[in-house]
Amino acid sequence: MNYLPHTDADRTHMLAACDVERLEDFFDLIPEQHRFPALDLPEPLSELEVLRELQELAESNAEASHHPCFLGAGAYHHYVPALVNHMLLRGEFMTAYTPYQPEVSQGTLQTMFEYQSMICALTGMEVANASHYDGATSTAEAVIMALNQFRGRRAKIILSATLHPQYRQVVRTYTQGMGLTIVGDDDSAADLDDIIAQLDDQTALLILQYPNFLGELEDMRGLQNAVHDVGALLCVVANPIALGMLKPPGEYGADIVVGEGQPLGIPMSYGGPYLGFFATREKYVRKLAGRLVGETVDANGKRGYVLTLTPREQHIRRDKATSNICTNQGLMATAAAIYLSVLGKQGLRKVAELCYHKAHYAADCIDVLPGFSVRRERAFFHEFALRCPGPVAEINTALFDDYGLIGGYDLGQDYAHLENHMLLAVTEMATREDIDCLVEALGEIT
Amino acid sequence: MTWNTPDDRKYAETDEWIILTGDSATLGLTDYAQDQLSDIVYVELPVSGETFEQGDIVATVESVKAAADVHMPMSGAVTEANSAIEDEPEKVNADPYGEAWFIKLTPADPAEIDSLMDADAYARHCAARDD
Amino acid sequence: MSALGSRLEPLVYDLSRPGRSGAPLPEPDVPHAELPSDLLREELGLPEITQLDAVRHFQRLSQLNHSIDTGFYPLGSCTMKYNPRINEDAARLPGFLHAHPLQEANTVQGSLALMYELQEWLKEIGGFAGVSLQPAAGAHGELTGILMMRAYHLARGDMARHKILIPDSAHGTNPASTTMSGLEVIELPSDGRGNVDVKALRAECGEDVVGLMITNPNTLGLFEEHIEEVVQLTRDCGGLIYGDGANMNALTGVIRPGDFGFDVMHYNLHKTFSTPHGGGGPGSGPVGVSERMADYLPSPIVAIIEEGDEKEPPLYGFAAPPKTIGRMKAFNGQFGVLVRAYAYIRIHGAAGLRANAEHAVLNANYLLSKVRAEYHLPFERACLHEFVVEGRWRGAPDVHALDVSKRLMDFGFHPPTNYFPLIVHEALMIEPTETESRETLDAFADALLQIAATARDNPEELRGAPHTTPVARMDEVRAARQLVLCCRPKFLSEPAQAPYT
Repeated sequence: MNYLPHTDADRTHMLAACDVERLEDFFDLIPEQHRFPALDLPEPLSELEVLRELQELAESNAEASHHPCFLGAGAYHHYVPALVNHMLLRGEFMTAYTPYQPEVSQGTLQTMFEYQSMICALTGMEVANASHYDGATSTAEAVIMALNQFRGRRAKIILSATLHPQYRQVVRTYTQGMGLTIVGDDDSAADLDDIIAQLDDQTALLILQYPNFLGELEDMRGLQNAVHDVGALLCVVANPIALGMLKPPGEYGADIVVGEGQPLGIPMSYGGPYLGFFATREKYVRKLAGRLVGETVDANGKRGYVLTLTPREQHIRRDKATSNICTNQGLMATAAAIYLSVLGKQGLRKVAELCYHKAHYAADCIDVLPGFSVRRERAFFHEFALRCPGPVAEINTALFDDYGLIGGYDLGQDYAHLENHMLLAVTEMATREDIDCLVEALGEIT
Repeated sequence: MTWNTPDDRKYAETDEWIILTGDSATLGLTDYAQDQLSDIVYVELPVSGETFEQGDIVATVESVKAAADVHMPMSGAVTEANSAIEDEPEKVNADPYGEAWFIKLTPADPAEIDSLMDADAYARHCAARDD
Repeated sequence: MSALGSRLEPLVYDLSRPGRSGAPLPEPDVPHAELPSDLLREELGLPEITQLDAVRHFQRLSQLNHSIDTGFYPLGSCTMKYNPRINEDAARLPGFLHAHPLQEANTVQGSLALMYELQEWLKEIGGFAGVSLQPAAGAHGELTGILMMRAYHLARGDMARHKILIPDSAHGTNPASTTMSGLEVIELPSDGRGNVDVKALRAECGEDVVGLMITNPNTLGLFEEHIEEVVQLTRDCGGLIYGDGANMNALTGVIRPGDFGFDVMHYNLHKTFSTPHGGGGPGSGPVGVSERMADYLPSPIVAIIEEGDEKEPPLYGFAAPPKTIGRMKAFNGQFGVLVRAYAYIRIHGAAGLRANAEHAVLNANYLLSKVRAEYHLPFERACLHEFVVEGRWRGAPDVHALDVSKRLMDFGFHPPTNYFPLIVHEALMIEPTETESRETLDAFADALLQIAATARDNPEELRGAPHTTPVARMDEVRAARQLVLCCRPKFLSEPAQAPYT
């Protein structure tokens, strides 16, 4: 089936207007041996049959609405107020594109302006762009921005070992043609002092995650001086829900704050689409990648919004652009704007505290189980590392098969010193019963 | 369409002008260039002390719809940058040959000026590109 | 509020009143833990509004947009076709929506099976040996592809190659992706029929060439007449071929780029396979690759880990290609977008996809036939799914393409793409797509013809357009000179005031 409106009469009339006999004739220029290949695709289905097929596939997944989920590691199960999805389904938001023509795009533009404003408020920064693909690509773009800031004169990047392992991989993939030196995470057990020791006058950027990948809150107080003393920039990769209660990275002197915006009203959806947020200081705005919305007035003096500083971008500056990014995550930024508006000042703080209390309740209960101990080197937010009496994979299998629980992340796969350590995340979605069930299950498994 | 091309200075193909006075030279963007770019909204200048080869990018200008690089017509060291046009980029549109100079420099090789166009040649260069 | 400075809709911060909240959250059902007092923030500059405030605010904002759902949207190069609503329901099935990206493979076989099938279909549609679903958008797919091409040469010890050849009609993302990959852009001119200039290509081909990036049909909507020669020349000097798949809607089921020797191509799922554009994303830019490039695909891709049989389906999981360039983004691609593309391809089948391309081309040529008497066509050829005309007339020197675009809004249409490609003066790039009816195309053509007449008779009417939109022409110079990129949250605790000014 298809969604074409053409009747036979339409087709005849239109072909005649084009002076063409048959539809195929439009493609005469194409070498004949390559024209109209027989594609081996399944036979078409009606909408209702396709939905049935997809329902079957979807139902074969075990997922967080049926199984209490203690897996986090960069993607989190949070409550999304129903109105967020209802607003996203507004065709005027969903089926518009990049707002190149401001006179007929004020809805998207003002929503992006509000998104930028709320991201600035959350992170304690001065400007934010209209989004990147996800937290990892935002982090990679932070690296490129820092290199541009130093116009190539500094080529060393320091990554904290407790930056998300996949983010570190993406930074390396993105920059493989740029001739950089990337250090800091060679020893997966390196701590903050170790990476500070690697700062020098060749360093362009130091990247730290807050809370870090292990859920911990590193002491960021002395960091900005150390970084700025050598003239480098500081980038903090932050969890936006944690910023509902914790001091924003701006207060710690960060030059760039990026992160994964998925917790802000976006479902986990098996890994995407998510939202990379990116905020910085106003003085770096010309080096910023991506779309930016600014306020102005129209010919009659009415206030409104436009895409601005576009000469930074690929469609104008081409090979000299700050980035190649074009399509970003507009609708996901819209979701975050609606989420932050409706939760607001009190609601976001409350979500953060719910996560904090529940995670600490879980940690306290599990810590007393024989064979388990919670790593407590630092304060943590809603995720913590748990030393287990055996391999994490085996424990997870038992948790799922016998108790229907989605267990934590196996830290041993990225951190040699954390073999048999599980990273557990607890959000407001976990009830006390869910947590008690996890505690009981862990107690019984061993 | 014609553009102002004062004959007291030399011009580069890439639309910069330069005036040599003693050991020092002053560089700016031509009337043609500011007209093509339309409303200039941003200028980025080098800091004094930086040195550049002939042809190097020394500054950038942006309008709403375009960006352009400003090249060094002669090799040399920057001695002064005109911060007034960073604060008020519209001056580049208003007075490209006067108030809106970009940088002063000490040329490394004053003979390089001979490779540049005079006002007549530059005026023809502009007319040839006028579609 | 005075007329100067008034807004169509207040900012969300203007609606804020201390103490309001739209989030009915439960009280903790666990003991309170002690908060880390020295780490807590003092202020959080978010608005305080009710759910009703939020619904009205965003609903009213949405109504200020033009969208496919509200009217014709012939934005060239963007393929703004009907977005079937079934796809939205499919992507929101709870089993897809709430699966965590790091779950054990055996608990998410539904998601993995869908990704595997989609990989297979995209291979078949493009004639490729491998596909990665990881890239998040077209430009992200380009970066992926160029990094793979670079890695391919390096792995063969071919260290001197550093140039990517790109036609001057290309999307700006092509050169930008090249620079990000640490390679050099060599721009190729177009010939008198809008093709890549083969002579210029021949002159640039050498042992320093990584490859060629080409869009086919190109951004003029024209099929590259010398495509086989272009591919051969590039290959002869050891270069690889990158296809920009942005215009694939002209050719699904008509050709397979792999059959022409393309080594890498990205698909724009949000264009060709009709996933919604969302006001600027999310897109999705899977890459298809030839046999020799398959080992370099970004990691991971979905593979069959254990073959199935009559009783058991296969077991799907992730696998890393042996010479992978690495990971391009966290987790598993834009999964929700992949579900929509899966549904779209499944509904159409091979015949439906070909019919889409044929009718996209029919619609573009029909529209062109109606307007070409009044709009200059820089290259006198039949087009494929889109065409580029000039928005200027000898008799109306002060009228520009932008004026045509702005005036089209008064007729209820979204303007075409303006000022692109750069090689056409005053370009208007028009892509009607296959889902638009003859009546819509007729109405749009009438509007264009009326505007052409107005350009001569009453140019001021065009220069002042639009006259009927929520705002008049915006002052973009002011926006760039006096940057206001966010409203200052520090005023939030004084809600009686507007948050800034």
